[in-house]
Amino acid sequence: MNEQILMGLNGDEAAAYSTKQVNPDVVAAYPITPQTIIVERFSEYVADGEVDTEFVAVESEHSALSSCIGAAAAGARAFTATAANGLALMWEMTYIASSLRLPIVMAIANRALSGPINIHNDHSDSMGARDSGWIQIYCENSQEVYDACIEAWRIGEHPLVQLPVMVCLDGFTLSHTMENVLTLSDEVVRDFVGERKFIVVEGHKGETELRLNPEVPLTMGPLDLQDYYFEHKMQQIEAMQQALKAIPEVDAEYAKVSGRSYGFLYPYKMEDAEVALTGLGSTMGTVRYVVDQLRSEGVKAGMIKMRLFRPFPAEELVETVGEVPVLGVLDKAASFGAPGGPLYEEVKSVFYDEDKKPFIADFIHGLGGRDTSPRMIRGVFESLMEIRGKEEVPQKVSYVGVRG
Amino acid sequence: MSEQKPGWKELPRGAVSTKSSTEYETGDWGVEQPEIEHSKCTKCMLCHFYCPEGAIKVREDGYTEVDLRYCKGCGICAEECPVKCITLVRKK
Repeated sequence: MNEQILMGLNGDEAAAYSTKQVNPDVVAAYPITPQTIIVERFSEYVADGEVDTEFVAVESEHSALSSCIGAAAAGARAFTATAANGLALMWEMTYIASSLRLPIVMAIANRALSGPINIHNDHSDSMGARDSGWIQIYCENSQEVYDACIEAWRIGEHPLVQLPVMVCLDGFTLSHTMENVLTLSDEVVRDFVGERKFIVVEGHKGETELRLNPEVPLTMGPLDLQDYYFEHKMQQIEAMQQALKAIPEVDAEYAKVSGRSYGFLYPYKMEDAEVALTGLGSTMGTVRYVVDQLRSEGVKAGMIKMRLFRPFPAEELVETVGEVPVLGVLDKAASFGAPGGPLYEEVKSVFYDEDKKPFIADFIHGLGGRDTSPRMIRGVFESLMEIRGKEEVPQKVSYVGVRG
Repeated sequence: MSEQKPGWKELPRGAVSTKSSTEYETGDWGVEQPEIEHSKCTKCMLCHFYCPEGAIKVREDGYTEVDLRYCKGCGICAEECPVKCITLVRKK
């Protein structure tokens, strides 16, 4: 394992620093709170000559991702970052990036989608992009952001995968909060990410890498009619399935290099739990604190922090929940008109076919950066205990911390 | 008897088109094709510039001619010709 330096970095700085160490070919980005520090810090590295990156100051987020797509199509490693309405503005391009199989890495400083305008944290932005074909990793702290922004390149560029990756960090809560981060050396990071690997295709001038090269011309992103589009989508579906195999490979290699072993899910005190809570992002840190409190009071509480949302780790989730009778789902986004929040819907549908399934209840919280305190989490566990006692779910979807 | 089209496992990933675009002879899309009357032509080359497909080439002698392999019969050349020496003729 390599020597590491402890640095005080907020989530944005961790994303910028790790990206500096990766030294991508192109960064094209547009500022939006709370991602601004990522791009500002990175542009300082560019100005100081600490990276070889071509920094493109674009006029909008749509242009940012479009530039990254062009760069990645030409064979470059391209990085960008955005949040909320910035992600919404580049929405159409997210589908282009994934369907063209371009392993772009994008940091999302999760922020509520407007309107009303709210610059604070919730997951509505990245949840809104969950169908776009991007891999989604959610981070609990700055250390995870640092590590994910390095692993993301190897995950996206894995020969079985070749898909773009979103690294999600809670806006302000993580992006602007300084934490201890153990950082690797530039050399170790560069060795780990190595050179970008490409898909190999049969071009009309012979076998070639899937990238724009005047010597071996290809057309990327041509027209598909009714007779081919569906088949191309199947390839993307397959790539996501393959990511479930590829990600543990990358995680294992990263563990050797950093000493930090990542996975899809983190069970905590689940072995004999009566009630458990699952969710994404920084709130799970608060949940862990509450679980410890409850345990000291004799309550058999447990939790599962989810790191990977796309592809959805269904098998592992079912295995990790095991025999736990009640599972609460924390959703930091609402899906208007849907039976529940996005995470709840996925969790519930995963368990539908299982013989043993827990009672599942949805707890939508934190919208627009509404603070979810330990006391509120205790309240959620109390609801779960009630479900445990009654053996039924009186309210499938609850809203935590809202007035009225 | 139509050929069985390839399944998704056989297609190249990334929806990449591995044929050169010159092999897609879109000329068969058109219903009409332009005929240029060189006796009236002033060699202004506007038809060459306006053609959206680049299917009208300028010859050595300065007159233009249509590459029927790629002409889709849109009629912009006929519309833009200042001396109206281009007529669209229904294909046989």
